[in-house]
Amino acid sequence: MTGAPDIQQALIEEFGNEAISGANLEAIDPWIEVAPGSIVAVSTFLRHDERFLFDHLNNLCGSDYLQPDPKKAKTFEHDPHVEVVYHLSSFTHKHRITLKVKLPRWVDDVEGQLPSCPSVVSVWAAADWHEREAYDLVGIRFTGHPNLRRILCPEDWEGHALRKDYEFPLEYHGIRGK
Amino acid sequence: MTTELQDPRIVEYDVRTDEMLVNMGPQHPSTHGVLRLLLRTDGEIVHEVTPHLGYLHRCAEKIGENLAPPQWVPYTDRMDYLAGMNMNLGMSLAVEKLVGMELSEKAQVIRVLIAELGRVASHLVGMGAYGLDLGTFSPFLWAFREREIVLDLFEEVCGARLTYSYITPGGATHDLPSSINLPPGLAALTNQSPDTTVSWTDALTQFLNWLEPRIEEYHTLLTRNQIFIKRTAGLGVLSPEMAKSFGCTGPVLRGSGVDWDLRRDGEEIYTGMYQGYDFDIPVAPFDAAPPEAVLGDNWCRFYVRMMEVVQSIRLVRQAIEKYATAEGNYRETFKLATKLPVDECYLETECPRGQMGFYLVGDGSSEPFRARAKSSCFCNLAVTSPLSEGFLLADIPAIVGSLDVVMGEIDR
Repeated sequence: MTGAPDIQQALIEEFGNEAISGANLEAIDPWIEVAPGSIVAVSTFLRHDERFLFDHLNNLCGSDYLQPDPKKAKTFEHDPHVEVVYHLSSFTHKHRITLKVKLPRWVDDVEGQLPSCPSVVSVWAAADWHEREAYDLVGIRFTGHPNLRRILCPEDWEGHALRKDYEFPLEYHGIRGK
Repeated sequence: MTTELQDPRIVEYDVRTDEMLVNMGPQHPSTHGVLRLLLRTDGEIVHEVTPHLGYLHRCAEKIGENLAPPQWVPYTDRMDYLAGMNMNLGMSLAVEKLVGMELSEKAQVIRVLIAELGRVASHLVGMGAYGLDLGTFSPFLWAFREREIVLDLFEEVCGARLTYSYITPGGATHDLPSSINLPPGLAALTNQSPDTTVSWTDALTQFLNWLEPRIEEYHTLLTRNQIFIKRTAGLGVLSPEMAKSFGCTGPVLRGSGVDWDLRRDGEEIYTGMYQGYDFDIPVAPFDAAPPEAVLGDNWCRFYVRMMEVVQSIRLVRQAIEKYATAEGNYRETFKLATKLPVDECYLETECPRGQMGFYLVGDGSSEPFRARAKSSCFCNLAVTSPLSEGFLLADIPAIVGSLDVVMGEIDR
């Protein structure tokens, strides 16, 4: 069992403050923020290091932090961004940690230009389908993914449904929406 | 004239058949709902399997972001529709973890009882449908005869037979009923009048007494059946390393010999419910295995489920005992307007098919800002293609069936 502060400490020692760009150790499930460029190296380290052995990727998902409701936006604490969240656990040591990678909502603020994050398929095979799902529903491109296609929606679907500003299509192959 | 072969490879090349793409599903009976498998075959040999999902996709996560947690409960029923109670439980516990709610002893006992009974019902379908995949019809009918009584009992508790919405944030919607008419199925099987009035827990005990000896019959019918063994043992072998890497959980993981069950190894909010209960976790390899079986094959995955039914019956019996003396109310108030804190949590629970996870992000309003349901079958199904490559076409239903997937949960 290793606690989140020790994991954060070890990661900073190994990769430096720039790669481990933030953390919230007070959260119910403590999380550590990793710079997009370092996520594969950090994952590989956590997966294979004897002290951690995070051999189970429980969950990988994207979330879109944008508050479209102007009333709620006043109290909303986050700047607009999207996150990739990795929930890891270890069969050997029975500990858990959450990693986060923060990305811009769109590249250069151009709507439709999906942000990219390096793929961790080489570390956990489970990431394959989960990254496809995050691409499909949240609109995050995973660079280095072997087969980044939509998985739940049809291949000709437009938009990414879990984006907060997603608009439901009015028509799809002659089927009326809304 | 000599007929000796010059080079066997040349002949092999000559008689090679063309590759063919075969579409299996989405309406194929042995794909368990609406799974479509695209098979690249060479004669009878399968070279590649590509699963196509999403026929049941309704974006339950988006719906969850627009509803208060108690309103989202009915949507979780429709994820794994064969184990609605366990889905309700996982989601409710995640919400309780987020808001920091503690439940009374009675609510916890009811939850263990109902969740384990749900596991029995779900594994019965798993067993029966697996028999059906392999071409035997009787186990399916037998399993549904038993499951019918469980559904009758659930109906007495909450009024629904499939989509229960019984376990909600804060406890459960009703207490267990004190007096019911004996379920008709149970009355017929035990030669009693259907007008007999008993307490709900007595009816359940009668059912368990009736069910327990039947498990031996299933073993005779399937587990030790030579045809069944020939179709399952040594096929679809999933190594422990591969199971871990693909994120497989539940019976699929334990069938590969990884001793991991969240009821024992999970988070405190979940394991606390099972404190004081005595139960074992069946893990392959088994002494009862036929000589043909190898670690992580179809047979092991099937047998883990059968053994879990026995353990769940044990748990239900203990829960019935505890229920008689459990104190407290069966529910705490959880209002629709309850504000979720600005925080986030992720919780996995051990559902019949594996670890179902719920990830909730609160933003101070009553609806979660992000509601994510991580499906266990989604990961379990991902191993289909590596497991099936090089096997015969007829073995594909045996391999997919042994993973026991429910498409409602995969597509969400």
